[in-house]
Amino acid sequence: MKQLSTKVTSNGHGQDSSYFLGWEEYEKNPYDEITNPNGMIQMGLAENQLCFDLIESWLAKNPDAASLKRNGQSIFKELALFQDYHGMPEFKKAMAEFMEEIRGNRVTFDPKKIVLAAGSTSANETLMFCLAEPGDAFLLPTPYYPGFDRDLKWRTGAEILPIHCSSSNGFQITEAALQQAYQQAQKLDLKVKGVLVTNPSNPLGTALTRRELNLLVDFITSKNIHLISDEIYSGTMFGFEQFISVMDVLKDKKLENTEVSKRVHVVYSLSKDLGLPGFRVGAIYSNDEMIVSAATKMSSFGLVSSQTQYLLSALLSDKKFTSQYLEENQKRLKSRQRRLVSGLEAAGITSLRSNAGLFCWVDMRHLLDTNTFEAELELWKKIVYNVKLNISPGSSCHCTEPGWFRVCFANMSEDTLDLALKRLKTFVESTDCGRMISRSSHERLKSLRKKTVSNWVFRVSWSDRVPDER
Amino acid sequence: MGLPLMIERSSNNNNNNNNVVELSRVAVSDTHGEDSPYFAGWKAYDENPYDETHNPSGVIQMGLAENQVSFDLLETYLEKKNPEGSMWGSKGAPGFRENALFQDYHGLKTFRQAMASFMEQIRGGKARFDPDRIVLTAGATAANELLTFILADPNDALLVPTPYYPGFDRDLRWRTGVKIVPIHCDSSNNFQITPEALESAYQTARDANIRVRGVLITNPSNPLGATVQKKVLEDLLDFCVRKNIHLVSDEIYSGSVFHASEFTSVAEIVENIDDVSVKERVHIVYSLSKDLGLPGFRVGTIYSYNDNVVRTARRMSSFTLVSSQTQHMLASMLSDVEFTEKYIRINRERLRRRYETIVEGLKKAGIECLKGNAGLFCWMNLGFLLEKKTKDGELQLWDVILKELKLNISPGTSCHCSEFGWFRVCFANMSENTLEIALKRIHEFMDRRRKF
Repeated sequence: MKQLSTKVTSNGHGQDSSYFLGWEEYEKNPYDEITNPNGMIQMGLAENQLCFDLIESWLAKNPDAASLKRNGQSIFKELALFQDYHGMPEFKKAMAEFMEEIRGNRVTFDPKKIVLAAGSTSANETLMFCLAEPGDAFLLPTPYYPGFDRDLKWRTGAEILPIHCSSSNGFQITEAALQQAYQQAQKLDLKVKGVLVTNPSNPLGTALTRRELNLLVDFITSKNIHLISDEIYSGTMFGFEQFISVMDVLKDKKLENTEVSKRVHVVYSLSKDLGLPGFRVGAIYSNDEMIVSAATKMSSFGLVSSQTQYLLSALLSDKKFTSQYLEENQKRLKSRQRRLVSGLEAAGITSLRSNAGLFCWVDMRHLLDTNTFEAELELWKKIVYNVKLNISPGSSCHCTEPGWFRVCFANMSEDTLDLALKRLKTFVESTDCGRMISRSSHERLKSLRKKTVSNWVFRVSWSDRVPDER
Repeated sequence: MGLPLMIERSSNNNNNNNNVVELSRVAVSDTHGEDSPYFAGWKAYDENPYDETHNPSGVIQMGLAENQVSFDLLETYLEKKNPEGSMWGSKGAPGFRENALFQDYHGLKTFRQAMASFMEQIRGGKARFDPDRIVLTAGATAANELLTFILADPNDALLVPTPYYPGFDRDLRWRTGVKIVPIHCDSSNNFQITPEALESAYQTARDANIRVRGVLITNPSNPLGATVQKKVLEDLLDFCVRKNIHLVSDEIYSGSVFHASEFTSVAEIVENIDDVSVKERVHIVYSLSKDLGLPGFRVGTIYSYNDNVVRTARRMSSFTLVSSQTQHMLASMLSDVEFTEKYIRINRERLRRRYETIVEGLKKAGIECLKGNAGLFCWMNLGFLLEKKTKDGELQLWDVILKELKLNISPGTSCHCSEFGWFRVCFANMSENTLEIALKRIHEFMDRRRKF
């Protein structure tokens, strides 16, 4: 039999992971308020469905943008023929300005340094093709987005090595963890080409602190490697503090226009902030001309539809719209997150204090039978098949501690979220019930106390990171 | 000609590591092909583009295989279907959010069905296409690269008949690390692929210890502008079966065949084969960039008779999905069978007339072309004008045509043609008037030459 390449037979596509299996189960039995109220509620999909009404009303007021017209005149032919891999200048300008606005206009983005891609999936892969040889490694803090195993490694042949983060400090990146990861690479005889972080983090739902960002920039400077900052969730920051981009840090450390700044690259996309994953709009931003040049040519393999570039350049050039959108988006995300968090708390479940993203990093360690990943998988199966909630187990995100789950909150209505929380509460109470019966009350109190103490310690260690919102 | 591997960087930062961090070999290689001397043609055009009114003596672009002859049909259709303009329905676009969220790599079902139906119509119903075997990619550029990733490993080879589309050097080789071994074709038999040429190419690869994974053809051919004969397709499939390799048929110009009866798709051949082991090695690439003239919308597809390839290609298409906005807009248009039948018919007719105009015009100037029957270009023979029948000789002539006639055409060597003096000349990316002007310039040039 004529064979296929090794890429086909490998598992590099990553689709055997539980992350994708949960999706499959959802597809078989999806929840619907009216037609299938006992169906599975999708809480494993990091989509932003909270602000479509804002975009829809803009579309109603600006019909030309989506109907391939300019000032009432058809520009169909112009758009149909436009396949320049440099991208539409008006669109790149609008993207640059939008990215600046998200960062409080503290830093500037030069449209000429933007390379468009069909989504950040494509952008991340393209950057890897530019920066890594097959067999080279990138260091990624755990837990990380499961899709990276495919996006960064599958066709590029690159490797990922984890920078282990733990709940002891809210999963922040430490100097020790960075060094350990680097040394591990050397032990395995792998050449490290860079570090890739997602900021704000998926799945943690937290923005990197200034301390972590400084640490990262210092680290890549000393090791002479690259830093990719995937800032796809930058517009979802709803916390009290403002989003700090790696570009802010370069500016504050006076590293702009230095050799180091050429090794720092930002990835962005409109899939999360604007909720437009179907339109496939991603971008690479780099200060290195050679990378911009190579990535631009590579973008031939994943250009953004000219029709889409046109629509979005009109949308994003409307500054009245963008400022209203960003503000409203943050408000609604914050309110939604609060709803999830308080619902979880009512069920005796805590989560990592989050200030961004479309999900919470939920602590269900106390619900595990044993502190193992097998137990985590058992719990996950119960939640998927019995409680009928699709959530993402931490192991699929390469978390080193069992018991953590990513739970999305922005891809459903409030009512659906409430129902999900109700189901979860019922489940937990039944579990707790079972537990209490089998243990002596003395032990139960002891374990409850321990739980309370560790949560308290946990929150205190956070005070320098996430100021109290009250 | 390659770029130097090292990048100049200042090393005045206080780090201990003296090694400059390099970019990947892929990033610095020149396999993207853009440093070739022929890009000077594009530059000349960009700097001095012809315009009927504002710059009548500027460079006329005849190196761009675009189809601009049938836009009016598309525009009228879209205007009629959506007079109020909104793509997703009226009053604030319901349907918008569902479309904006749709990123399923299976692709919009209605769109896949529309593509399957369109591809069947182009082949006059002589082959069926199952929508579930259609994988969508952002253009044929992405489809060809993706297939190469799936069918071959780095350092393996695909056999490609010459002359071929220059973009293949990048699309099939750059990031994949796969090689192209040419199947040499020449004018003695109108550049048809012969069994001898196939064997010879295969042997060349084996002698160099390179593993051949498949044959990739473009049918109709770019740059020849001619369909591949049915017998040749059958021989090709036999060859692939004997060598146990794949057959990829890029049929991006299938809707641009002037007379539908003259096109045989590999799908037709496979249609009558039951042996799965034969069918499973056949894959078809298609796109809307040429037949519909929509390169900006990035719509390509892989159609494979191999389940494993379909499944893997689908997953890989995550890196190159078609915008859901575009899928939505084109789905209803392409499934409107009455419209597509009319479009295909009129488009063929207009292209045929353009082709006849240019070939007649060239004939009058004493220039012969390969007998073509498809595509957006003709394959012109200027071998008799070369001072020396070498690559340099051809390049010199090309330079004269660019500088003196101000016509940007594509020299055969850029398409890896082994015979010198052939040029690809596009005719569908300009108005009829512009084409006449171009022909006039060629006439005058030939007159001048005759006087010496």
